Amino acid sequence: MQVRVQSAPFDYGAECAGFGLGGADVGAVVTFLGVVRDDRGGLSRMEIEHYPGMTEKAIAAMADEATRRWSLADVLVIHRHGPLQPGEAIMMVATAARHRKAAFEAAEFLMDYLKSRAPFWKKEIGADGAEWVAAKDEDEDALGRW
Amino acid sequence: MIDVLYFAWVRERIGLPRERLETSAATVADLVAELKAREDRYAAAFADVSALRVALDQELSSFAAPLAGVREVAFFPPMTGG
Repeated sequence: MQVRVQSAPFDYGAECAGFGLGGADVGAVVTFLGVVRDDRGGLSRMEIEHYPGMTEKAIAAMADEATRRWSLADVLVIHRHGPLQPGEAIMMVATAARHRKAAFEAAEFLMDYLKSRAPFWKKEIGADGAEWVAAKDEDEDALGRW
Repeated sequence: MIDVLYFAWVRERIGLPRERLETSAATVADLVAELKAREDRYAAAFADVSALRVALDQELSSFAAPLAGVREVAFFPPMTGG
């Protein structure tokens, strides 16, 4: 298991290349990349604030839970903070399991929990000012299925 | 003494990221009441606690939770990771 919280960019291709490979118990690898989107147009950058210490602990607890529930062979979460440009990678999740259903479900579980339970806050800075991104009810509701 | 941390718009409204306080508050809600009574900027930040979340020693908690033994309290809006 690996959890990395960093301001620096990461190389998605390189991270995915060897992930989960080499063991006899892995039949499925799922990887997900989250990208800064410009919904309204005119986004000049996104700033991601986080709670150093709690962030790493909260994500590690989610990754432990996913590992236990879906018997993962490996899990990787990378989440960036600081200023990001539209089109830049924010975060990635990778899961390795015996079968694809477990790998997909574990990745979705991690994504749902990262959205609402990892202490990150997004601020959008555009031509018309700066605005904190509000949490969505549907993201909170998504936790209910787990 | 207790460390109180603020994040995102809570930090902006109060105007500082963290402070160390002497408090006799028994619960998070008591601490919020103390802070609101201090200055308008705190009253503004804590006007609607249903819009806020709290962590005690870096674990999500509730406003009814006791503060005994707690070293670090953090207030922030609902999280927007991913």
